[in-house]
Amino acid sequence: MTRLILTLVACLLPLKALAIEIQEVTSPGGITAWLVEEESIPFVSMDILFEGGANEDAPARRGATNMMMGLLEEGAGERDNREFAEAVEAAAARLSFETNNDTVGVGFTFLTENREESVALLRDALVSPRFDAPAVERVRDQVLAGLASDARDPREIASRTLAALSFPGHPYGTPLEGTPETVAALSIEDLRHAHQRALTRDRAVIGVTGDITPEELGPLLDRLLGDLPTFDGEPVSDIDPATEGGVTVVDFPSPQSVVLFGHEGIDFDDPDYFAAYILNHILGGGGFGSRLTEELRVDRGLTYGIGTSLVPRDHAAQILGQFASSNDKTAEAVELVREEWTRMAEEGATEAEIDAAKTYITGAYPLRFDGNSRIAAILAGMQSNDLPIDYIDTRNDKVMAVTPEDIARVAETLLDPEALHFVVVGKPEDLETKAF
Amino acid sequence: MRQTFLAAALACVPVMATAAEEQTGAVTTFTLDNGLDAIVIEDHRAPVAVHMMWYDVGAADEPPGKSGIAHFLEHLMFKATDDMEAGEFSRVVEAQGGSDNAFTSQDYTGYFQRVAADRLGLMMEMEADRMRDLQFDDADMLTELDVVLEERAQRTDSDPGALFSEMRNASQYLNHPYRIPIIGWQHELEALTLQDALDFYRTYYAPNNATLIVAGDVDPQEVRALAETHYGPLDPTPGLEPRTRPAEPPQRAPRRLTFTDERVSNPYVMRTYLAPERDAGAQQEAAALTVLAQILGGSSATSLMGRTLEQDEGTALYTTAFYDGTSYDDTTFGLVVMPVPGRTLEEAEADMDRMIETLLTEGLDPAQLERIKTQVRASEIYARDSLQGLARRYGVAVTSGLNVADVDEWPDLLDNVTEADVREAARAVFDPNRSVTGYLTRPEPAAVAEAAPESEIEATE
Repeated sequence: MTRLILTLVACLLPLKALAIEIQEVTSPGGITAWLVEEESIPFVSMDILFEGGANEDAPARRGATNMMMGLLEEGAGERDNREFAEAVEAAAARLSFETNNDTVGVGFTFLTENREESVALLRDALVSPRFDAPAVERVRDQVLAGLASDARDPREIASRTLAALSFPGHPYGTPLEGTPETVAALSIEDLRHAHQRALTRDRAVIGVTGDITPEELGPLLDRLLGDLPTFDGEPVSDIDPATEGGVTVVDFPSPQSVVLFGHEGIDFDDPDYFAAYILNHILGGGGFGSRLTEELRVDRGLTYGIGTSLVPRDHAAQILGQFASSNDKTAEAVELVREEWTRMAEEGATEAEIDAAKTYITGAYPLRFDGNSRIAAILAGMQSNDLPIDYIDTRNDKVMAVTPEDIARVAETLLDPEALHFVVVGKPEDLETKAF
Repeated sequence: MRQTFLAAALACVPVMATAAEEQTGAVTTFTLDNGLDAIVIEDHRAPVAVHMMWYDVGAADEPPGKSGIAHFLEHLMFKATDDMEAGEFSRVVEAQGGSDNAFTSQDYTGYFQRVAADRLGLMMEMEADRMRDLQFDDADMLTELDVVLEERAQRTDSDPGALFSEMRNASQYLNHPYRIPIIGWQHELEALTLQDALDFYRTYYAPNNATLIVAGDVDPQEVRALAETHYGPLDPTPGLEPRTRPAEPPQRAPRRLTFTDERVSNPYVMRTYLAPERDAGAQQEAAALTVLAQILGGSSATSLMGRTLEQDEGTALYTTAFYDGTSYDDTTFGLVVMPVPGRTLEEAEADMDRMIETLLTEGLDPAQLERIKTQVRASEIYARDSLQGLARRYGVAVTSGLNVADVDEWPDLLDNVTEADVREAARAVFDPNRSVTGYLTRPEPAAVAEAAPESEIEATE
């Protein structure tokens, strides 16, 4: 790797400065949003995250938050589900609702010309959803069908198996969609309760990008969210992943085995997070250059793709990876992952690898900001992670400040081949459930 | 080629747009002397550019018995050239903070990079290098065939829905190569050689068989100058004719199939009809079919199938209708009904037929048509937010036999569709003799074990 790269590194130029100017907007009612004005296209993207999420389902009501979110646009205010859908279509607004364990999310895109009616519709969905019985039963059937489908999907089986092994007794250990039993038992009252708990105005973070001024946005925030309650529940506790090193095989009829692997990770607010981020990039992140991709895909053709990522959640952190491989090649692939894990833990990364990773990670960062909807999501995500409003300007400096010594230290503490647990779903040859 | 890499160092001087800041959304085209077409889409909101090379060749252009070669070659394009070693292309892109990938369809093969706008010259230099100078003498290239076989195992063989689609598609086309899966039949894939890939490459990877698309914070004049520098010296393939594939004969009988797999959880019926595609200068019928798909199955709350079967009658878990007119040859119009547990696929199919009949006899709700058009107009505004989406729209169109004017005209054509157009298009397309009806289901014993309690009795029928 070669003259071409060497030539080019020598002439790397600073990127044109990102023209991302974030304004903090506080409404008359005290709701705060981060705004990037962009008037060249007559529409606005808004991303709202409510902290809390499906984690706060009671165990016997697991799935309530997810089903509630699925019902927000199935009838709200004066409109039943069809009238609501027709009104959204007539305004050409786009609403999306997402449930995660740590948050529930709302995506909202609207035309400048239809701003008032679009905001009124989302306000109804967030503040006064109806939970009409026919809609509840229809959505319940859809959720149950989804659960039936997940039960026969090797990726879902792998994910659920590893989660259950990692987080016994914690919400992270069970699917946020619930089980067929808990979903069947959910009442309309349960859904109303989940709504009151999950959508609270004091736990909302909001990113806005597009054709709107701070003066217009402030009052809009109050109309949209001002009538939501505040949170008075109990926060969820933290948990350390409980997996021990080994292999868990789940029999499944398929020519390939789906493999999910991981162990405890590193928190987003840990001072070593960026060192771990670089380390993961070299090991199994990013595109074609990672060690695992080179070993398993490029050199041996064992898989179409392998990747690893840091998964820092609010109450636990993991490093996870996945690939799929033909049943007769799976055992070899698992062994290679363990070897690479060991090599990285013991030797760390080379300076050339670290430099290349830093170049990529810092160079790729500005490219994330190309589009109103992308920027709105980034603004909400930054607030959800408690990052300062000037974070974008300092982020690449933090990446560049990581030293080879940092990488070596983090490699040794983060990566533990003896703790690595592999869940294998398929019919792998010469591979059985075992402890390392 | 070595001297052009020296030129790359010079090309590191920024070529940012200066005078054209007001031109966001502007589309410019030009053609080089060697036949390379180019489309430039300006968007100056962020210092980013998307660089794409679209070849007018896809899986439907493969020689008989060589299925999968177009896609296999796409993988090989990331291997060694005379000036770059295997994997270097992606490493260089990554060293610029960029991302790159490629895709193969029946009608096109495309390569793209997303980079800081001032790295455009470098991308062109490398893309030009691999257009003509890929090296096929590396034994390691055959390892990539194992990767493709794993890709097939992951995407097709591990997914009963994908296997079902493969069977259904092979029944839809009696003679046209769209019957053959893009990734290739396993037995033919296993037998592919590097010579097969080289033959295909030599013929089709040439400037006169490709379209360059650049979108982002760029100046069309600068793009042209860079394209002349990097792509201008490439030799065209002489005598390359427009593509002609084996055509469909008249289809004279409905086809039916049932695909059974124990991994299926929610059985469904899918029917496709052979349907006309968008043709240059003649897109009206395709526009009507695009609206028809929305009317029948666009939204679960307001489309005909959704509001009737999912909402009012509660007989379906999921319904949809689909039609993508952007295709070089005849495409398909499709319908799906996934019944609620306890309802059979025969009943679901009868529901589907009843919805088609309702549309043909009762027509459509003018208010629904108006809302669909409102959304079409809005999606034109929203689409401007995605550089890659816009670039892709032009790329797919020009490799499907359309031109830039057709793309620009398309939203207005959708906006002008009338109720009569939709009904006429529906009458023409819903011809049973040109249809394939497929059931995706699972073996009976599993159906009993997995069904919801209240549906056990009916599910065993």
